[in-house]
Amino acid sequence: MSTASPAAVAPALALRGITKRFGTLTANDDVSLTVAPGEVLALLGENGAGKSTLVSILFGHYMADAGEIEVFGQPLAPGKPEAALAAGVGMVHQHFTLADNLTVLDNVMVGTESLWRPASRRRQASEKLVALGARFGLAVDPQARVADLSVGEKQRVEILKALYRGARILILDEPTAVLTPQEVDGLFATLRGFIAEGLAVVFISHKLDEVMAVSHRVAVLRRGKLVAERDTRATSPAELAELMVGRKVVLPRAQATTRAEQASPVVTLSQVTVRGSRGAAPKLDALDLTVHRHEIVAIAGVAGNGQHALVSVLTGMARPHDGTIRLGPEHAPAPQTPAQWTAASVGRIPEDRHHEGLIGDNPLWENAIVEDLHASRFARFGLVRASAGRTFAQSLVDQFDVRAASLDVRSRSLSGGNMQKLILGRALSREPRLIVADQPTWGLDVGAVAYVRERLLAARERGAGILLVSEDLDEIFALADRIAVLCAGRLVADRPVGDWTPATVGLAMTGALPDFAAVSHSDLTAAV
Amino acid sequence: MKYSLERRPEPSRVAMAIAPLAAVACTLIICALLVAWAGAPVGRTYVLLFEGAFGSRFAWAETLTRATPIMLTGLACAVAFRARFYNIGAEGQLYLGALAAVAVGGMHGGVGLDLPLPVLAVGMMLAAALAGALLLLIPALLKTRLGVDEVVTTLLGNFIVLLFVSMLLDGAMKDPMAMGWPQSVALNPDLEFSKLIARTRAHTGLLWAVGLAIALWLINRYTVFGFKMRSVGANAHASRFLGLPVTRVMLGTAMLSGALAGLAGAIEVAGRTSYVTLDMSPGYGYTGVVVAMLAGLHPLGVIAASVFVAGMLVGADSMSRAIAVPNYIADVIVAVSLLTMLVATLFAQYRVRRG
Repeated sequence: MSTASPAAVAPALALRGITKRFGTLTANDDVSLTVAPGEVLALLGENGAGKSTLVSILFGHYMADAGEIEVFGQPLAPGKPEAALAAGVGMVHQHFTLADNLTVLDNVMVGTESLWRPASRRRQASEKLVALGARFGLAVDPQARVADLSVGEKQRVEILKALYRGARILILDEPTAVLTPQEVDGLFATLRGFIAEGLAVVFISHKLDEVMAVSHRVAVLRRGKLVAERDTRATSPAELAELMVGRKVVLPRAQATTRAEQASPVVTLSQVTVRGSRGAAPKLDALDLTVHRHEIVAIAGVAGNGQHALVSVLTGMARPHDGTIRLGPEHAPAPQTPAQWTAASVGRIPEDRHHEGLIGDNPLWENAIVEDLHASRFARFGLVRASAGRTFAQSLVDQFDVRAASLDVRSRSLSGGNMQKLILGRALSREPRLIVADQPTWGLDVGAVAYVRERLLAARERGAGILLVSEDLDEIFALADRIAVLCAGRLVADRPVGDWTPATVGLAMTGALPDFAAVSHSDLTAAV
Repeated sequence: MKYSLERRPEPSRVAMAIAPLAAVACTLIICALLVAWAGAPVGRTYVLLFEGAFGSRFAWAETLTRATPIMLTGLACAVAFRARFYNIGAEGQLYLGALAAVAVGGMHGGVGLDLPLPVLAVGMMLAAALAGALLLLIPALLKTRLGVDEVVTTLLGNFIVLLFVSMLLDGAMKDPMAMGWPQSVALNPDLEFSKLIARTRAHTGLLWAVGLAIALWLINRYTVFGFKMRSVGANAHASRFLGLPVTRVMLGTAMLSGALAGLAGAIEVAGRTSYVTLDMSPGYGYTGVVVAMLAGLHPLGVIAASVFVAGMLVGADSMSRAIAVPNYIADVIVAVSLLTMLVATLFAQYRVRRG
């Protein structure tokens, strides 16, 4: 066990030999961990490495097949969430478990009072909540409706909910996925406050820079096994990445292209507006944007600021209420239906690969040809040409390294990475002029992320223009030629990647126009 | 100790094949309790039930006669349900199909339409299919255009159709020879189907039903339209994203479903009743729902499921004449088998996980 913990006293949390099997799959294999009070332990691992299973066992959602858990020296009854709560284990889920139509106070109090109590002690609860917020710098108005809060504030409510119940061990599952860089900094400051008060924190993530920034120790899970424990100060992101994946991984980055090639536009949006339903704020507000050949334009923004509407109008799933979209240097009018968008040489990679990119119940080979079902090479006299379809699917499987038992497996049984490779192959094999990629690496393991990025960069090299919607700033800075930031449906700024820093992108994500003067000083003086 | 259900990534074919058999076995066990409660010997009751259904040439003929319309309504439901369009209106489509068949092939004014017999034969079937298809197009359009729930519109539509048919049987389509009995004019005897088994009621309509089941299976498996129907049923949202004409497929599927139920009406008239009467279908349209579910919405499965259900209905009739168990036991068996089939399908697609 590591020795460099801030406090090497009795552990707040000790897992011993936790093993959990699902059928033939061993999700957790003899995992032993300890967390000391006042310590942040980062649990690092790819998707499917067993992080979530481990946490579910700890919180009593699953029962381990073997092993035991101790909290502050006391054995924890397995399989009982209420026992975990009582022992002081608090959990902040990645997807918030808040009732939107209730107030912050209601959400925090729910389940904490006996149903037999004649009157609810709301005033005391409210005071306690405010005091907790002040103590940890988590100020939230107890009377605010949760629906009106920002994502960062909702997360604060989740944390307060755990603290209100007296949590001494806080488990945070991928807490930064939905936050702006500034909000992430705020969260980290809060966590430092916790450890100063002697709380123990388990921080689950697959983002290496965050793990490096916030944790004292890192435990790496791979295929259910604890493969390494490191002192954060004594390790590096490169080492952690290698431990996590099991081999060396180099994530590809864009090389600058020559400006001359970028002159020709592949898609031009002018004043594109998508109205909200029933008088709500517009989802896209008079958006002007152009993507050129040989160019990756990244759309940055906090989730829910118009990315979905933008992708919808660029994939044929919705039409703008106002404004125009033109394709190619010839400024051809935009197609109407999804099928026409595909036919107009647009490759579409949807955000939701399970429910939009693939038809899970259909076999792999049918999913490979479904966009081309009208094409004569796959259909004749109203009959599907299965042999041609299978040949094509086999070529996709070979070229794009899709790992599947056969062409006939239901596509829902593919892993996330293999689903994405299939979708990518289907979109890229037609060599589209424009690629609309919505969160193309979301939830993929590092190996698959590297693969997807490589393919997108290769497409850009070939001459495609790519609109990349991503919430991962690392990815945006690694791939983009230009970054455009969306906030509340408006384009805050659209500039070459060199003008941006993660901090200015973060600022723009909140709607404020960053000061680019330091970078584009010459432009300013010219204007004056 | 907690149990949870987890979806199997690849439902095993063996499990899917065993599911209906297990469901039927469980049904018979559950219904045995009712038989025992009625004070009858369980073993003998079931022996009589199965003898009445499958025990002789005559029993088989009766079972197959009964299976013919419910095979068609079963197909109608299976096709629609596969596309997640819940057509509960096969009963109404059957009656309207029967009426359309008689409208074309009936002995109006004692002679009928002055057309060559082959034209009348084809016209009779086409009219029935079209009547069913257009009838179901109304709820389908209401669903795709306005989002009106088709379960409500098709189910309640049945009563409107039945009253409409009743009106015509007392009016425009009234049989002048029926002495006031509410039935339609007779079908031209030359248009009636020939017998499948001599000296029984089994008719060649069965071949139509089996042929259509096989045709549907081929359509599902090999045609572009079948591909689209399966895709839209499995995931309409993804189908739209992937460029399939979801609304058109939905409407096409609905019309196919309605046409099959309409044909059930024509085939009943041409094969068995010769007239349209208000009691020509004891709920075949609703039985079709059960048959489709028992078949796992598979067209070939519908053949087997409809013979089983028909066998229970026919067998219970003859059993109840011999022993003191009311023939309502058949309805219970059919209803319970629907429930056990739903459970069996669940277990074929999900596995139970402990903890």
